[in-house]
Amino acid sequence: MERNVAQIAVFTALIAALGLIPQLTLAFGVPITAQSLGVMLCGTVLGARRGAIAALLFVGLVAIGLPLLSGGRGGLGQFMVPTSGFLIGFPVAAFVTGLVMERLRGLPVGWAAGIAAGIGGIVVLYAFGISGLAIALDRPVTEAALLVTAFLPGDGIKAVLAGLVTAALYRARPLSVMSRP
Amino acid sequence: MISLTSPVRTRAHGWPAGVKLAGLCLASVALFAVTDVWLMATVAGAVLLLYALPGRVFLRYGVRRLWPLWPFVAVIVLWHLATGAAQDGLLIALRMIAAVALANLVTMTTTLEAMMGVVRGLLRPLRRFGINLRAMELAVAMVIRFTPVLAQKGAALSLAWRARARRRPGWRVVVPLLVLALDDADHVAEALRARGGLRDVEGK
Repeated sequence: MERNVAQIAVFTALIAALGLIPQLTLAFGVPITAQSLGVMLCGTVLGARRGAIAALLFVGLVAIGLPLLSGGRGGLGQFMVPTSGFLIGFPVAAFVTGLVMERLRGLPVGWAAGIAAGIGGIVVLYAFGISGLAIALDRPVTEAALLVTAFLPGDGIKAVLAGLVTAALYRARPLSVMSRP
Repeated sequence: MISLTSPVRTRAHGWPAGVKLAGLCLASVALFAVTDVWLMATVAGAVLLLYALPGRVFLRYGVRRLWPLWPFVAVIVLWHLATGAAQDGLLIALRMIAAVALANLVTMTTTLEAMMGVVRGLLRPLRRFGINLRAMELAVAMVIRFTPVLAQKGAALSLAWRARARRRPGWRVVVPLLVLALDDADHVAEALRARGGLRDVEGK
């Protein structure tokens, strides 16, 4: 019980910390923050249930007014901006990532984590984000999808990194990758 | 950690947080019912006036927090101009600004403690279904403490990388950061257990 709570809290803080450290932003042409990498890692390392709780805690803390989003953003206004769909989708993305990770027991950890992060952190998260954009901008889903294609390569890289990081963690601390008991 | 509550005391700081949040919900729903551009412009102007009431420092701070919206305003207006529905675009852009501004206003005038109070009240009925409120509150406190610690450790790892390599520290720094974070979690969990653990005492 205590261990679960502490691990969830630490991963929530990790999502925030990955958004805070400028040195960790991965610059590949487009300035992208590593924050969604944190959400992917929640799923690949903690598993579906705990990963989702960690991401949910993050969203809840942003809502009550902590500046945890990259660039020090936060507060209730973040749920009204056009990109709020991505934020709201964080817990679901972490859950699906963990679920896929737990299902892919047969694959090596790195591959399983990369695929899981791609499905949860890109497919699911973008479904939420694009729906949010379409509603906020009052445009069809297809046009809203065009707007976010610029971020797709960056998030693809992040999914690969989630796989590499999880595999490295599994080598260093096999017991710490709880989605792989 | 700094919260987003405004240091400029306003009269709204004293109002109950629950009332402010309920009001925000109602106002946001009402915003979507407005379909007239001029009425929406009046509403947006009124919201701006609310920001101006507590003084210039508050106004400047509030406007600065709205500034990141400008790319969206540009996209909306240009897009609707291109499709020949400029008025719709203006309506949507104004509505977005007003909605975000109102929500920010609530965040700026409500302390973290007051917000936590509302969350606690909302979650209390869920305790029957096994939600451990004490664990949740402790997790919140831990996140607030862990975030700067992890950010600091991440920065230290980047510096250590720079001291040894010519290339920029990249994603590889995330792995040791993750290991450090998990170690921290284990230490804290042990310390918690040694102090009686996380039973939901109030829930008896």
